Amino acid sequence: MLRHEARRVVAAEAVGPYTLLLVERGSLDPGTPGRFFMLEAPGRLLPRPMSVCVAPAGELGFLIDPIGPGTRALCELSPGDRLGILGPLGNGFRLEVDRPLLVGGGIGVAPLPYLSEALGRPPAVLGFRTEWHAEAAALVANAEVVIEPTYVTEVMPREDDVLACGPEPMLEAVRRLAPRAQLAWEAPMACGYGACYGCAVEIDGELKRLCVEGPVLAAA
Amino acid sequence: MRLLNASGCLDALTAPQIARELDAFVTKTVTPLAREGNPPVRIAETEVGMLNAIGLANPGIEAFLSGHLPHLAALGPPIWVSVGGFSLQDYVTVAEQLGGRTEVAALELNLSCPNVDEVPENVGEVVAAVRAVTGKPLYAKLSPAVPDISETARAAEAAGADGLSLVNTIRGLALDERTLRPKLARGTGGLSGPALRPIALAAVHSCRRATGLPIVGMGGVSSGRHALELLAAGANDVAIGTAMFSDPGAASRIRSELAAELAALGIANPDNVVGAAHEPEAATLDRKSRVEREKYLHSPANMAG
Repeated sequence: MLRHEARRVVAAEAVGPYTLLLVERGSLDPGTPGRFFMLEAPGRLLPRPMSVCVAPAGELGFLIDPIGPGTRALCELSPGDRLGILGPLGNGFRLEVDRPLLVGGGIGVAPLPYLSEALGRPPAVLGFRTEWHAEAAALVANAEVVIEPTYVTEVMPREDDVLACGPEPMLEAVRRLAPRAQLAWEAPMACGYGACYGCAVEIDGELKRLCVEGPVLAAA
Repeated sequence: MRLLNASGCLDALTAPQIARELDAFVTKTVTPLAREGNPPVRIAETEVGMLNAIGLANPGIEAFLSGHLPHLAALGPPIWVSVGGFSLQDYVTVAEQLGGRTEVAALELNLSCPNVDEVPENVGEVVAAVRAVTGKPLYAKLSPAVPDISETARAAEAAGADGLSLVNTIRGLALDERTLRPKLARGTGGLSGPALRPIALAAVHSCRRATGLPIVGMGGVSSGRHALELLAAGANDVAIGTAMFSDPGAASRIRSELAAELAALGIANPDNVVGAAHEPEAATLDRKSRVEREKYLHSPANMAG
């Protein structure tokens, strides 16, 4: 059933500028890596979409960048607080790949720790704005880190099966180098379940509803 | 009293389980030709509601009739089709093609989308033209962004509308926290949610006085209490929209909350509260509620003032 379920916050840990919010999992399925949950943001009208970052036994973890009122409210949650969550939603990464390489930029690192575990800790290339942001790289096994002005596309091996998440310019650059890549996109969402048509993104001149057609899409 | 969705706020084929909880499903607006809609970003949250500029994304009437309608009809609830366009002829074209389909229970004319540039000026003309080509129940969905909505309502009634859908969103703008540029690619969008509720209440209240048409009230409804107030203002039915985004179970929750609100007032049937706001005395309240009201009115705290 499509319902927000009340869950207790287990922990809210600072990771560089980000917050890793851990909530009780209960009977919820974490879904495949790259799928997401809608998290009720205290005091806000709309929930916020967050991909699963880690899924330890009995918990779900979301890495959140406090960039607006909703994400800030989520980062300010404390252990014991309750929030409604809905998911897992959308389509995750396809895991049947020969030579996986994870590529992440900034908060786009969010789904990669869970993805890394599911794929047996393949190599990863992660790019960040500052050393402080790069503290999040500690969440991903076997990660090579680059800091601006170096970009992930400058150090990324070309022949691998790329699974990437990051800002739009990074994803566009990655898909030019790796046409077989799987890319996790991001857009503001109202519902997360295909009702509002708000999360459409334009990819190659075509509009796609990220919540039901993505958020992970083939590069070509 | 029926509980519907506001047009544009639900895709029944993507979320059929939500549509089945409604007493009727209202489609997203259908236009003669397919529309991709506006470029992203299309939605933004504000302190008092949500802005959307989807831009009437829809498959066009032909693909709607062949690909969508049969599946919608199979869901169960009666199907209301929201009809849109950019000229009088657009509305007529869509309405004519829907007319022969028994799966269509009613038409709702979207006369008020704030997210397209060319909107018909004359509500009466559009209603009359569509009335001439369809025998289906015809609801006119009106914008509250006019000096006197009751005038528009009277024009719709005179032109042959069977009901009113009140209200559509109202144009708003949100700026990005850092860049101070509009958050939406289109610039402005339609404001829905909590900020729209008092506006919807006023529109319903005013149109109830002005016309005898049945009214579907909508605008910021997220609880049973909100539904109750729209009924009291004069709505016969209630539709929900933005509330479903944060709570996909909003329909059944609001239904049970409304039942509790009515029970607390001693009212058995929601239809009995329709228009209560217009009565000089709270006539719909039962004797017990009246006694308590009297007690309250004559309590020392109130006497003191």
